[in-house]
Amino acid sequence: MRYISKDVKKIDATALVTGKPVYTADMLPKECLVVKVLRSPHAYARIKSINKAIALKVPGIEAVYTYEDVPRIRFTMAGQSYPEPSPYDRYILEEYVRYVGDVVAIVAGESEEAISKAFKLIKVEYEVFEPVLDFTKALDHPIVIHPEEDYHNNFPIGGDRMRNLCASESMVYGDLEAAFAESDVIVENVYHTKANAQAMMETFRTYSYLDHNGRLTLVSSTQIPFHVRRHVARALGLSKTKVRVIKPRIGGGFGAKQTMVSEIYPAFVTQKTGKPAAMIFTREETFKASTSRHEMQIRVKVGSDKEGNIKAIDLYTLSNTGAYGEHASTVVGLSGHKTIPLYNKAKAFKFSYDVVYSNTMSAGAFRGYGATQGIFALESIMNELASKLGIDPVELRLKNIAQEGEVMPAYYDNRLESTALKECLLKGKELIGWDEKYPYKQVGKNKVRSVGMAMTMQGSAIANIDVAAVEIRLGDDGFYTLMIGATDMGTGCDTILAQIAAECLDCEMDKIVVTGVDTDISPFDAGSYASSTTYLTGQAVINTCEALKEKMIKAAAKVLEVSKEEIIFTGEQFETSDGNKVLTLKELGEGQVVGNMSEYLSATKSHSSPTSPPPFMTGFVELEIDTETGEMEIIDYVGVVDCGTVINTSLARIQAEGGIVQGIGMALYEDIQYNAQGKMMNNSFMQYKIPSRLDVGKIRVAFESSYEPTGPFGAKSIGEVVINTPSPALAHAVFNGTGVAVRELPITPEKIVMGMLKQ
Amino acid sequence: MKIRVWINEKLYEDEVAADLMLIDYIRSKGYYSVKRGCETTNCGLCTVWLEGVPVLSCAVLAVRAHGKKVTTLEGLEEEARVFGDFLAKEGAEQCGFCSPGFIMNVLAMKRELKNPGEQDIKAYLAGNLCRCTGYMGQLRAIQAYLQEEA
Repeated sequence: MRYISKDVKKIDATALVTGKPVYTADMLPKECLVVKVLRSPHAYARIKSINKAIALKVPGIEAVYTYEDVPRIRFTMAGQSYPEPSPYDRYILEEYVRYVGDVVAIVAGESEEAISKAFKLIKVEYEVFEPVLDFTKALDHPIVIHPEEDYHNNFPIGGDRMRNLCASESMVYGDLEAAFAESDVIVENVYHTKANAQAMMETFRTYSYLDHNGRLTLVSSTQIPFHVRRHVARALGLSKTKVRVIKPRIGGGFGAKQTMVSEIYPAFVTQKTGKPAAMIFTREETFKASTSRHEMQIRVKVGSDKEGNIKAIDLYTLSNTGAYGEHASTVVGLSGHKTIPLYNKAKAFKFSYDVVYSNTMSAGAFRGYGATQGIFALESIMNELASKLGIDPVELRLKNIAQEGEVMPAYYDNRLESTALKECLLKGKELIGWDEKYPYKQVGKNKVRSVGMAMTMQGSAIANIDVAAVEIRLGDDGFYTLMIGATDMGTGCDTILAQIAAECLDCEMDKIVVTGVDTDISPFDAGSYASSTTYLTGQAVINTCEALKEKMIKAAAKVLEVSKEEIIFTGEQFETSDGNKVLTLKELGEGQVVGNMSEYLSATKSHSSPTSPPPFMTGFVELEIDTETGEMEIIDYVGVVDCGTVINTSLARIQAEGGIVQGIGMALYEDIQYNAQGKMMNNSFMQYKIPSRLDVGKIRVAFESSYEPTGPFGAKSIGEVVINTPSPALAHAVFNGTGVAVRELPITPEKIVMGMLKQ
Repeated sequence: MKIRVWINEKLYEDEVAADLMLIDYIRSKGYYSVKRGCETTNCGLCTVWLEGVPVLSCAVLAVRAHGKKVTTLEGLEEEARVFGDFLAKEGAEQCGFCSPGFIMNVLAMKRELKNPGEQDIKAYLAGNLCRCTGYMGQLRAIQAYLQEEA
């Protein structure tokens, strides 16, 4: 292999490390209107009246729009394929505001200063309602958050808006009662995971303009250009042919940009005024007015025999979707469907959920997408079970994990084609020094060092739904243009897909030109989310390269006047098997554009997968705990990943390290909090602390690769699975070191000490 | 107010508002490497050098740069390219949005600290947040770079 499983540098690296202007806000058009939105100070209110006349007199103000100015078309901002499972539960601007930060008015002007003045002069009279802030009390609450009659679901997702219920489901496999009845030990607990901010370094930003054909063009920092095109067209009442979306370099996404956030406001301003417009979210807005990880309360009950053979699992998730229902039914699904299959030997299971509305900021996609929350609950209870049974927690896993070829009833009856989970468990155990360190060692008067572990899985693209198309063209110098709709958000997919193309076409990487995403030009791709790009778009690249190769060989055979069976393609030239006739790739490339040597050579293929093969990972941590203060220090974190074949070794390692650190943030620090009026209290990096380089200790990553037959060169995904293990592994280490089971994130020194005081 | 500022050795004279921040002034001159990641001086993305010393340009008034020399990543392109190559070898530039501020501080650290250990490096760069990499790859790149340059 020339380019597979190699540490190839990102093709855009030099531009990024020398600070070239390649991001959205570096390329704003001249005379661009500044767009800002006036946000609600109330968690739930109706706008009784809104007077914009005075604000419009502020010099430099171009326009002020209120709910009376926008189309009455309900839509969703979720980055999902049509028909979206998310409800159409919002207007661009509405008479009702449903959380502190919801949009009241859109203001466009020449400068931020003018807009600030205008904000103060917009007179809004609210009828303020009592908000529903506690999501555990939202279901059947007398206050209804979405009473509107034009609320729309594309298909049933188990919701009932008059009950504040956005989605629900219940599924049972096997005889649950019998399986619990034959269990020797049953444990049951409730776990609570919090809302977290994705906190990518580049906030939301979009600019828009009308092109020379009068079409609305958006340049936006998004993971989902094609979904944005569809949503913007719908919300503005335009045909999709009138909208174009371009994605430049992106400063991180982590799922935040799998929802449309900033796009619609400048788009609306440009549609109304005909002028270029830009909206750049502040960090505060990014915290308080986008989407977060869904807060979840998970009740889980597990039955096992004395030897640790799991008999039954019953998992119920209550999820908070906040003010709007983006990703409501899909995120929660992963809390069971991507956790329970880990214990595939269970005879029976039940998975049920309710997703409720509340007057907090909308929840959405965040790396891990519900699996992260579910795994904290399931892995924590398995660790508690192991302790109760007196079995080594690693042994407990080894007894229950699925083997290759097993059908996984909790994973939509998919057959497991590839797994190295056992190897991940054994390798992690060895690297951390489990046998010497488990459960803990006293290392000083008030200091213990303990270990903890967890395992996890995710998916690779959404089976039967996600589609990735790729086009590749031969250029006149014998190079290739690779056109993709997958969105590199810093992850390096442009590079990874070029590696795959170079491998297939047997050429140097610099012969592959990768275009950015432009919905006018790029072939369709659902976007970069659901751990789909390497697995799905990667396979589409292979299929496309094969198709192009076949066309090129046919064309070369025609030129050389031989049959195509006689042609051998070396990557640089086409030659007959006897070596007598030769046509170089450059000659073929040139010949297709001058004279009439061959047709213009390009190929397009799309790919969709009937399965979503799970990558696996184990996380092992060694933690030092001060038993007087509860202070924790991570000594060593070992992650062992089975993502199938590793396509780019350095980028895969960075994904794993970065995911682990985000997971550590979730486990130990990050917690979006609201005050009694529903105002977010920690809406800055001053108050919402993501891990700094001083907070994460040492992280080590190893790979144990299985071979996934449905993936490109045997690859599965890596983007999301890597965030899942820290919460349960750290909770386990705390339990092993102090005897305190922290079942609510984040795990703080205070919770540890309070737990120890209760012992 | 009228200011005279050297940005990357080039002299600028401008009438600026008293409340204009240095980051906005620099970006208005086309030095787009300087990024804003927050409004609370927590992220380190806007780091530039003022008279050779790293500062957060989102928290320095443009008028404070009057008569002084400002250096951005554009003014250190060759050095950035050399260190950036170490970063890219680890895949640790990732989205790249925090890279300019981070690299400005790495290059300042190289001038300021002699043979820094792992803890010295972490402490010096603690104010540079990165959400993509988990910091380990950045550390490997710095150590390899310092070793090569030593």
